Amino acid sequence: MDADITLRVDGETRRLTVDTRTSLLDALRERLGNPSPKKGCDHGQCGACTILLDGQRALSCLALAVAYDGAEITTADGLARDGELHPVQRAFLERDAFQCGYCTPGQICSAVGVIDEFEKGWPSHVTEDLTGEPEITHDEVAERMSGNLCRCAAYVNITPAVQEAAGA
Amino acid sequence: MTDLLEPRAIGQGLVRRDGELKVRGTATYAVETPVENPAYCHPVQATVARGRVTAMDTAAATALDGVLAVLTPFDAERLASTEDAEYAVLQSDEVAFRGQLIGVVIAETSEVARQAADSVRVTYDEQEHDAELAVDHPGLYKPEKVNAGHETDTAEGDVAAAMATPQRDGGVTLERTYSTAMYHNNPLEPHATTALWDADAQFLTLWDSTQGVHPDRAAVCEVFGLEQEQVRVVCPYVGGGFGSKGTPHANVMLAVMAARALPGRPVKLALTRQQMFFLAGYRTPTIQQMQLAADRRGRLQAIAIDVVEQTSRIKEFAEQTGVPARMMYASPNRRSTHRLAALDVPVPSWMRAPGECPGMFGPEVAMDELAEELGLDPVELRVRNEPEVDPETGKPWSSRNLVRCLREGAERFGWAERPRGRREGDWLVGYGVASSVYPTMRQATSTANLRYADGRYVAEIGAADLGTGAWTILPQITADALGVDVGDVDVRIGDTQYPTASVAGGSSGTNTWGSALVVAARAFRDKFGGSPDDGDEISGDVDQAAKDDAHAPYAFGAQFVEARVNADTGEIRVPRLLGVFGVGRVINPRTARSQLIGGMTMGLSMALHENSVWDPRIGQVANHDLAEYHITVNADVGEIEAVWLDEHDPYVNAMGSKGIGEIGITGTAAAVVNAVHAATGVRVRDLPVTLDKVLPGLP
Ligand code: FES
Ligand code: FES
Repeated sequence: MDADITLRVDGETRRLTVDTRTSLLDALRERLGNPSPKKGCDHGQCGACTILLDGQRALSCLALAVAYDGAEITTADGLARDGELHPVQRAFLERDAFQCGYCTPGQICSAVGVIDEFEKGWPSHVTEDLTGEPEITHDEVAERMSGNLCRCAAYVNITPAVQEAAGA
Repeated sequence: MTDLLEPRAIGQGLVRRDGELKVRGTATYAVETPVENPAYCHPVQATVARGRVTAMDTAAATALDGVLAVLTPFDAERLASTEDAEYAVLQSDEVAFRGQLIGVVIAETSEVARQAADSVRVTYDEQEHDAELAVDHPGLYKPEKVNAGHETDTAEGDVAAAMATPQRDGGVTLERTYSTAMYHNNPLEPHATTALWDADAQFLTLWDSTQGVHPDRAAVCEVFGLEQEQVRVVCPYVGGGFGSKGTPHANVMLAVMAARALPGRPVKLALTRQQMFFLAGYRTPTIQQMQLAADRRGRLQAIAIDVVEQTSRIKEFAEQTGVPARMMYASPNRRSTHRLAALDVPVPSWMRAPGECPGMFGPEVAMDELAEELGLDPVELRVRNEPEVDPETGKPWSSRNLVRCLREGAERFGWAERPRGRREGDWLVGYGVASSVYPTMRQATSTANLRYADGRYVAEIGAADLGTGAWTILPQITADALGVDVGDVDVRIGDTQYPTASVAGGSSGTNTWGSALVVAARAFRDKFGGSPDDGDEISGDVDQAAKDDAHAPYAFGAQFVEARVNADTGEIRVPRLLGVFGVGRVINPRTARSQLIGGMTMGLSMALHENSVWDPRIGQVANHDLAEYHITVNADVGEIEAVWLDEHDPYVNAMGSKGIGEIGITGTAAAVVNAVHAATGVRVRDLPVTLDKVLPGLP
């Protein structure tokens, strides 16, 4: 069964027809030709498909597109504005926080989400003091970024890149 | 001796040229190639481990709206060559392993293709299978050669005699069995292909995720009986491979077959993560029976490794696990053997540092056990067994700085103050060390074309960048060979329209392609001087580059690990990992460090997490996805640092560089095991080191 939906993707309004089984990830990649969110597992196990969905990081492979009619989506490509890279993207370049680049757009969207979660004071599994403001420490960032696998294993560059971009 | 380049761009940590595309996600990988009106493929896989397909009912599949074609062994085109049984997709009704490709559906959308593939009803004549590796498997045989052309067995002196005698003078002997698990490469980008067959022009275009467009093309041409001129393979970016994209697998042939069934229509075939555990290669489990004999001062009198591992019944891959023990340390008596069991299992293949990665596990743990028996510092034990020349060939080393790596690492890591079973709160702390090694290889063929156009130097070579940095470092090499600013040089790679390049494998890419580029650049200067005209052009072959055969070229390294083991739960953490390497001249410190720490982290992953849990009853990996096949995640890594010596090697190539893509994963797992032993007294000899193996032995 097909359904017509509208998505706002990286600031543009896009109307499209999807199979009701189409994931948000496949809607972006296969229907809208946006390669920025990657497919690493299609099962919510790798983080490569991470996007910002109505401002929060989300796994687009676990979302059915038809359920997100009208949603506001930002991909890593959309984080760069007017040819200017986002501070997280610049930090990734500077720290060489990737090799093959396949996990990278997901890592970057996830990092942007993480920084926002810090700003909102959200705790994580490793936050000691649940009443205070969590600090952007190595362990906090590593914990929060652990849903994004990197098989090239750039982790020791990713964590400081996120900390740096967060101004920690 | 080669004529070493004067490094100007070489040695600079330039940011990746493809970096901006990658941080935006706009670098297009194979399946993302924008094409007009693509169709989507979904494979059908065998659900028995051995037998024959007796019937495939595709009626429900073809009846679905949007299904364009269903191919089965009963109606698929006949291939020109079925010599390579892995590539002979849909050519017979025989099933040689569970998960083997037995069909493909092509449909208008990926959803319909998957649904249709699921609806194909298959009946089998199932046969008994044999899918369990054992050290005494009755079918063990001696392969003719092992991977990379190495001898299967080697022997020198008399190991048995040395094992029988050394006690007399206070020496020791050690006999141990070590094993490594089955591992899957699992590059983050699943194996994928976009394929277009133009029937009028009889021309095939493949956008394939591959570590070598030319080897990929050669395999496809062979299988389909096409001429090279009829096939173009394009692959500017590869989302990781670690060897699994070094040779094409059956999925590529299936994609081509699907494209040929639908002329004029581009088709896309991406394996799912789960399918990769059947179809994209893997590292065989290994069983390593080690013997060491040493005199009381720790000098080896014998070293032997007898390896048992598996291959598939339809295609042999013999991992050269015993190879590093042939050359690492001095010993008058030595032996190495490889025996294989050919099982009803998927086809094993290359995975990062085939041979050296598993083969630096058993021996490097055994050295630690030997040091313990002798009451010697394991660093010192290795130093005492430093061979003056390559024990295997008798040749002098092109450069060997293992001792410097060990000493420098010990110094930086605080080895002298190492804790032994020190308890810090709930945690037992210990340090471990192991050596690393990887041969410096150069492939026989690669050609670079160099042209001056519009004020820029443009080099073309069909090389691959799977995250290694080739896009960035090949211009650095070319610029120094030309004596120009690196900003004036473009190097184009990843397309068979460019001259032939060898596979990105064996850590040989930079050595091979870089040498071809240097030949081209020097010839260009000789012919056209310092102010060329627009359109001046020349090519260079790697076989014109100076090649030294008088020395044994290897990179060496030492890795140091701090392990912390929870005294109550057995949980194992590695807060610190340091690698010190002698890898010749480093071309780009920024990308080189990433390769080394990437290899080391994958080694940590092998030590603590990775394990394809094999179910021999049904013949498949039980944990065949990324939720269950654990790889190291961000929170698993603490400090990981890689440093390198200032090493001068005039024999390897004009860059003075050795390969760095694989050495990082060698020795890491042994260092972890040795550190866990130092912390707990428990010696784990079968990977991975998990808490259930440590817990019963905790103090
Ligand atoms: S593709 Fe969505 S989590 Fe892996
Ligand atoms: S950069 Fe390759 S998977 Fe992360």
